[in-house]
Amino acid sequence: MSANYEDRPRGGGGYDADDDQDRRSMGGRGGRRIHRRRVCRFCIDKVDLIDFKDVRLLLNYLPERGKILPRRISGNCATHQRMLAEAIKRARNIALLPYTTD
Amino acid sequence: METKRQYEVVFIVDPTVDDEVARLTDNFKQVVVDQGGSVTKAETMGKRQLAYEILHKKEGTFVLMEIEGSGREIAELERRMRVNDRVLRYLTVRVDEDRRRAEKLKGRRQAKAAKRSAAGSQPRRGGSVEFADANGE
Repeated sequence: MSANYEDRPRGGGGYDADDDQDRRSMGGRGGRRIHRRRVCRFCIDKVDLIDFKDVRLLLNYLPERGKILPRRISGNCATHQRMLAEAIKRARNIALLPYTTD
Repeated sequence: METKRQYEVVFIVDPTVDDEVARLTDNFKQVVVDQGGSVTKAETMGKRQLAYEILHKKEGTFVLMEIEGSGREIAELERRMRVNDRVLRYLTVRVDEDRRRAEKLKGRRQAKAAKRSAAGSQPRRGGSVEFADANGE
């Protein structure tokens, strides 16, 4: 998967258009990016269990460097982020995913 | 106290020793059965690239086993795998608790959905109050 976080598909079209709470302006010079609050993909898909053998799914949350994608970027809810992190760590242990990539 | 626990065991076999995988798997199955457990599933996930080198090997054959038992057979199985040179790595995960939790969540969600669809067929505003009154009399 690409590491371009901005282009990730978001759930629910038109959900975030005019709700102020959904906008976060990254103030400061120049980089005035508006981040929209994303919704947890797993909640939308109603996932109850994240399997550590599902490499393809896990790779979505593992950018080039091999680090786990933080919640602040993926928009996952705490429960699912925890499940995801656990699954990724298990997959790393059994050499399905890398600990690091250089 | 639950008596039966479910485990998922994944182990990686050195692919350079051909024909060994099936024999090894059968061997491990026998170990589990001898210890009083049962193997509910055993399948080869095939040969695949390792994400990093283990003992200078870049590939490995992955085998998945699902085991039901008390936990004693896991101890023995892991001991065997540790000793065996052909097993590059293994991972045991206890799955029954997580699965039960998932089932529960699923059940709850379905109940909620059923309730919502039932409520949807009733008129929306004030519907529940009138309904309760009508029932009470």
